[in-house]
Amino acid sequence: MADKVKLYDIPEEEFLLPGNRMCAGCGLSLIYRTALKALGPNTIITVPASCLTVLHGMQGFTSVDKISVLNTPFATVAASASGIEAALEAMGKDDEVTCVAFAGDGGTTDIGIQGLSGAAERRTNFIYACYDNEAYMNTGVQRSGSTPYGSFTTTTPIYGKTEHKKNMPKILEAHDIPYVATSCASYPLDIYAKFKRAKEIKGTKYIHILSPCPPGWGFSTKDTIKMGKLAVETGFWPLYEIENGKFSLSTPSKRLLDPAKRKPIEEYLSTQKRFNRLSNEDIEEYKRYINQSWEYIKSKNLTTQLL
Amino acid sequence: MTSVEEYQVMTGNHAAANACKGARVQVVAAYPITPQSPVVEKISFFIENGELNARMVRVESEQSALTACVAASATGVRVYTATSSHGLLLMYEILCWAAGNRLPIVMNIAMRSVGAPWSVWTDHQDAFTVRDTGWIQMFCEDNQEIYDTNLQAYRIAEDPSVYVPTFVNYDGYILSHTSMLVKLEPQKKIDEFLPPLKHHLNLGDMNVVMGVCPVTTPDIVKREEGTAPGYYEFRYSLQRSIENSIKKVKEVHDLFAEKFGRSYGNGIYKTYRAEDAEMYIFAVGSVASESRLAIDKLREKGVKIGLISLKLFRPFPTKYLRELFKDAKLIVVFDRDIGYGYEGILCYELKSALYQSKNRPFIKGYIVGLGGRDVNAEDLIDGVYRAIDLEKKNEYSEQTEFIGLKLDELDFLQEVVK
Repeated sequence: MADKVKLYDIPEEEFLLPGNRMCAGCGLSLIYRTALKALGPNTIITVPASCLTVLHGMQGFTSVDKISVLNTPFATVAASASGIEAALEAMGKDDEVTCVAFAGDGGTTDIGIQGLSGAAERRTNFIYACYDNEAYMNTGVQRSGSTPYGSFTTTTPIYGKTEHKKNMPKILEAHDIPYVATSCASYPLDIYAKFKRAKEIKGTKYIHILSPCPPGWGFSTKDTIKMGKLAVETGFWPLYEIENGKFSLSTPSKRLLDPAKRKPIEEYLSTQKRFNRLSNEDIEEYKRYINQSWEYIKSKNLTTQLL
Repeated sequence: MTSVEEYQVMTGNHAAANACKGARVQVVAAYPITPQSPVVEKISFFIENGELNARMVRVESEQSALTACVAASATGVRVYTATSSHGLLLMYEILCWAAGNRLPIVMNIAMRSVGAPWSVWTDHQDAFTVRDTGWIQMFCEDNQEIYDTNLQAYRIAEDPSVYVPTFVNYDGYILSHTSMLVKLEPQKKIDEFLPPLKHHLNLGDMNVVMGVCPVTTPDIVKREEGTAPGYYEFRYSLQRSIENSIKKVKEVHDLFAEKFGRSYGNGIYKTYRAEDAEMYIFAVGSVASESRLAIDKLREKGVKIGLISLKLFRPFPTKYLRELFKDAKLIVVFDRDIGYGYEGILCYELKSALYQSKNRPFIKGYIVGLGGRDVNAEDLIDGVYRAIDLEKKNEYSEQTEFIGLKLDELDFLQEVVK
């Protein structure tokens, strides 16, 4: 389990310099800045086609400092990490260098899932981080496997998505890897703690981080933190860790085991333009979906307590 | 003098695996596909047996296989992979990525036809299909040549004037699964010929921070910090390096010949009974091998014909071929591949190369042996005689001709074909 982190535990040293190419209010900028602080300079990151490619800048000029990066085509980020790790092992550097694949939800839940499943099954020693902005944002808000129910996207323009999002952390959990965690851009201490913990563990580590996206979700750029917090506080996006099968809810989500402590989901859905078309039935469906996912969490939590 | 004891009997696939071991590759990533699979099986055995100190990434697809090779190479180690047919096509995207990043990866293609319909047998369609991805490409005719060419391929690909990934191709089954005598060289001698990799990319060096392959704009970018090249400059540099690599291919071949006593023509093409030839067969791989028999029989009949077996297909040795064919009357090209809607790929590449020659020989192309259909000397001889006849009449056929079709035995299909 990740250690409790206080604000002053986070190093002042910056790896993501000011002046990158991200949109104003981008959740990924916050996630990446914090994650890099936890990972430190002895890190090689591999990145597939995504908003993160854009963040890394154009040929010759980058806002990412002190960390080497290998760009790779869309479907291949986990295989790329496998290659880096194999080379580091061949060089005898695998203990001193951390290998990280950092991808979006499309690159993870859709086109990249085969490579990720393969790398996890092979027990590849790397961290796989998925920043989830819940659609193909870099190509202009198209539906992904991680887009939530009812959400407008440019490829679900009238009715919204008719399915719930793919539960990727659950799929990775089924791979029996030593560490699976969820996090959210609004909780930098949580992000820092989880990357720090993942770095200490050998084997495949998976961290799935919700990343609010102002242009894609349709909210004001000043509300990024608020949106992420609402996702967590309504119980839509539970924060947890599973280390060697041991499940634990993270602090912001712990008290939400009690449904009465969860904020109404309407607060989350009504503040984003992508959910404009939701009917009352759709909102009821959301309530059912959230209850169901918490039933699962309860069962996990209980099993862990009994262990 | 070498004694028979120094030779071992092995398949083409095992010759490739042994070359891999000799080259001391550090990372291998591959996915099984017929007829390539025994290469990877043998390398796995070498690694688990402790004979080869390398990491094997047993990936879940060919796309991942080549991606892992790309990433491992960029991290700074010598890598190897092998595939065939559909596996190669699943790698297509990453073939371009490997070349664009200038990674000295060596890959064997155990050549096989491409579906549909399903076929696991040899032809050269897979290898020719990836000719425009930016790799150096060489063809082999026997198992010793596979072993030797692989060793040369690393030295060529890793040369600082080159840094281009390299294919070494051999026919599925005909070489991949056929046992021949192969002389394996002592490790010390190989090490002298092939020094450790000195890479231009080394992500594994933590003292150097690198961003490999970011988004690159159409135009160059000028800023206070410096000027960054555009995509166009990168791709120009790739083309120039591939063009210039022909010198290195020849030089490495000659060095190899000097050290190990085996040579393959001039390293670019091999000739057979070509000294006084007035006409030639032009082919690669298994078709070139079979052509040797055809040439012997044609020579018995007094036809002054020789073979040019092309070894180096990319870069296409235009200058060499113009010189070679400067007095040729007729060239018969047998393609075990086809550029659908046009003609055999090797044939039109040769035509294009000789278009600006002072002497433009008559070139007649045939398609042979797709999907493993047997290519026999008699069929090739027929093709040569018909070509001689056409050349005399200066008659070009509009349609691509296939040798060895059995339409006569398929009554129902004949109507369709007509």
